Amino acid sequence: MWSSLPSFVAVYPEALLVTVASIMALVDRWIRPKAVFTWATIITALVALGLVFLTQGATFGASYAADSYGVFFKMIFLLVLLLVTLLSPGYNQLLKINFGEYYALLMFAVTGMMLMASTRDIILLYLGVELMSLSVYVLVGLLYNELRSLEGAMKYFLLGSFASAFLLLAMTYLYGLTASTNIEVIAKKVLEYGLSGNKALALSAALFVIAFGFKVALVPFHMWSPDAYEGAPTSVTAFMSVGPKAAGFAAMGRVFLVALGASKLEWTQLLVPLAVLTMFTGAILAVVQTNIKRLLAYSSITHAGYAVLGIIAGTKEGMAATMAYLFLYAFMNIGAFATIILLRRKDFLGENIYDYQGLSKTHPTVALVMLLFLFSLTGIPPTAGFIGKFYVFRAAFEAGHVWLVIGAVLASAIAAYPYLRIVMLMYMKPPEKEVEITLTPYIFAGLLVSVLGVLLFGVYPAPVIDFARACCAGFLP
Amino acid sequence: MEVALRMAEFPLLSAIIWLPVLGAIALLILPRNDRLIRWFTLVVSLVDFAIALPLFSWFDKSFSGMQFVEKHTWIKAWNISYFLGVDGISVLFILLSALITILCVLISWEAVTEKVKEFHIALLLTSAAMMGVFCSLDLFLFYLFWEAMLIPMYLIIGIWGGPNRLYATIKFFLYTLVGSVLMLVGIIFLYLKAGTFNILEIMKLGLPYHFQFWLFWAFFAAFAVKVPMWPVHTWLPDAHTEAPTAGSVILAGILIKMGAYGFLRFSLSFFPVAAKAMMVPMLVLSVIAIVYGGIICLAQTDLKRLIAYSSVSHMGFVTLGIFSLEGNAVEGAILQMINHGIVTGALFMCVGIVYERTHTRAIKDYGGLATVMPIYAAFFMVFTLASIGLPGTNGFIGEFLILLGTFASKRWAAALGALGVIIGAAYMLRLYQQVFYQEVNPKVAGLPDVKMREVLALIPMLFLVLIIGCYPTPFLAFMHESVRSLLEHVHGASAVSFSEIIKEGLHVVLPS
Repeated sequence: MWSSLPSFVAVYPEALLVTVASIMALVDRWIRPKAVFTWATIITALVALGLVFLTQGATFGASYAADSYGVFFKMIFLLVLLLVTLLSPGYNQLLKINFGEYYALLMFAVTGMMLMASTRDIILLYLGVELMSLSVYVLVGLLYNELRSLEGAMKYFLLGSFASAFLLLAMTYLYGLTASTNIEVIAKKVLEYGLSGNKALALSAALFVIAFGFKVALVPFHMWSPDAYEGAPTSVTAFMSVGPKAAGFAAMGRVFLVALGASKLEWTQLLVPLAVLTMFTGAILAVVQTNIKRLLAYSSITHAGYAVLGIIAGTKEGMAATMAYLFLYAFMNIGAFATIILLRRKDFLGENIYDYQGLSKTHPTVALVMLLFLFSLTGIPPTAGFIGKFYVFRAAFEAGHVWLVIGAVLASAIAAYPYLRIVMLMYMKPPEKEVEITLTPYIFAGLLVSVLGVLLFGVYPAPVIDFARACCAGFLP
Repeated sequence: MEVALRMAEFPLLSAIIWLPVLGAIALLILPRNDRLIRWFTLVVSLVDFAIALPLFSWFDKSFSGMQFVEKHTWIKAWNISYFLGVDGISVLFILLSALITILCVLISWEAVTEKVKEFHIALLLTSAAMMGVFCSLDLFLFYLFWEAMLIPMYLIIGIWGGPNRLYATIKFFLYTLVGSVLMLVGIIFLYLKAGTFNILEIMKLGLPYHFQFWLFWAFFAAFAVKVPMWPVHTWLPDAHTEAPTAGSVILAGILIKMGAYGFLRFSLSFFPVAAKAMMVPMLVLSVIAIVYGGIICLAQTDLKRLIAYSSVSHMGFVTLGIFSLEGNAVEGAILQMINHGIVTGALFMCVGIVYERTHTRAIKDYGGLATVMPIYAAFFMVFTLASIGLPGTNGFIGEFLILLGTFASKRWAAALGALGVIIGAAYMLRLYQQVFYQEVNPKVAGLPDVKMREVLALIPMLFLVLIIGCYPTPFLAFMHESVRSLLEHVHGASAVSFSEIIKEGLHVVLPS
């Protein structure tokens, strides 16, 4: 009898996360010291990370597979979960949102992302997207007393639902054409039936581009992101600036490179202009921002534009580049948000970029750390940001997108200005306001991990490159 | 071209590069005691110079390949290695960088009073990155140092600079970054073609002309901004004017040499065909820089700005020498880079010395300094004459060799370039006259003369000006072999017909 049940080995990490998250959401009322939840999340994330590396194989009728492609992305998600958990406690306490549900929602979102990364079935992909999105909508709206938090959550929810509809429609076309929801079967059928030039398939690809464009915030589907980033609690912003984005790219890899691999020409044609638009719009709009969360929102739009270059390349190397890029991006971006959190006090947002004026004088170490993250985001060696950028540029160049790469490097030169502006304020202007730093051991650990990640992988990126390559090796033919 | 390697028994170059980095890390944990920090940095830079000195004597001048080579695998996945080495083209720059670092510490002893720790960290990191640029034999490593140097330099100008420093530093950063990222695209292309970042391997690549043409311009973007060549020179006057004295000295002394070094090391050896084909446009740009920079100098009212524009003119001579592709001229260009580093660096130090006392850079605020500060005036006189290129000073040797070589390859360029010498004499002498002679301006009356520390910083420069001016042979001997083999490589490459140059040129405007 037991033998007829599917083996659950492949979903052990996800099962663990869901179980712990459900328990945490339930017992929140009875547990006073909220540090329990923080520690539970940290430990769960670490255990899940270990399980991710140990589990292998497919389950549920080959619709879900713990393959190496998924392993890399799951590593990113769990890293994000870990870092975000580390920078949450003090800040969340201040905003009175440091409760079990917060961590539970983070874990549910991460579970959704993991589903997206490991799925081999588009229905399951949709479930993953929804699980992730719904959790994040709630997280964005956690500060429901604040108007901007509500506004951000509302915008995110409405536009996100809209994107989900596009996703469903795209899947419908795909199912209609191939009579299957399994990604590998779809890929085979597309080839078999000679569908690569089919109009309906092209339409499906276009709809996928729109849906994923929303999720990873490609221009012109980025409208929600500055508002949602600004309105959400900063710890959540740190989470959503990397996690859901990476999940979106994981799904893009599955759908575009595998299922729609045959009609590469069509979706490349759609993604190239989007990528150019994204990189330049993000870079230019970031120049005029004065709220640092909005600024980083636009910056993360630009970074999505770079990351999509790897998908556009459409090769193994390109996918590996995007994966490495997202992994390295997690360190610097979450690090930057952690620094923003440091400045937050009860009656002081610390979100205006002029609050950073003269920080090097009052808090030299914090300023130095922020400087490091900002230069990494700019992509100046010897930081991780440069390695990531170099990798995606290289992959896109190799695939023949020379002009796209030239556009990308020029956009990165424009994008340097907003970061430089913050450095300028921190280092070259006298302090005007009294700024205090609230440093908890958690956030210190989070910052330490981020700084080490940015520096270590900036100087010695070989392990990341090798691992990303190894994970992509079996993914594409 | 096969380049011979001579491995190092002791990782000398690594020691030279990483010692300042270690020093910077040590500074980070040192207490904020300004005196201690200054002395510590001085000791670090002195030790670094002492380690670099053996290069001067151990360097085998009869060997044309790379010496003191170190090679270790670094990022295997991309075939990147930690690959260092020097030849006759780069060895002198390392010595100059080490020397200038010491002088920068001395010269900012009293000028920098704010964030002393950060200043010295930035200074040491800049110095390390600059030496890394000159030693790298791996393109990736080179680019790493090349870009990494931007961060401390951005901070040096932006934090310790003059009133308009924010504008100047952003402009500096963005100009350089745009140039560098275009080079990055070129580097990626070369890497994908050659499968390696090894500079010596890429030299053997022998790409067809239409690739070389585009790559030449991609690399040109980075180097021309750094040199700076006309018309992308506009960041330099701003950066020089606003930078603190040490920043100006580094900029003039080493940083802008990196561009010219890049032309020599990469543009000529990677793209010999394109370099030959683009010779005339490059010479034209150089002549424009010489004459235009000189004429602009005549109209300057700010001491530092004048010297900054004179840099544009002098670096025009350097690129003129490089792209005339003639042995004497190339050697002259390398020597002139060193000379310009010494002379202009010294001039900026001199300006810094009076600026500390008067806090004005306007020429009209000075006058009659020769009676107020006679020793200072004597120093300034020597550097002025060296800048003009008076026989007996190093400037003469460099400019003479460049013009000699250029005359042999393109007469018109030499004739027009020589104009620059005349204009140079006009603006430098005019400057000297207005600042040191005439009535004593009440604003400068009673200024104390140079101090011991300042003399100590200026003496090595003075010494080098006269040594190179009177007996340049030992310095030129470093270059002979390397320059000869480089030019053999360039002239050995197949030439392109004139019609193809025109055709390829038209492709830029009208894609085929």
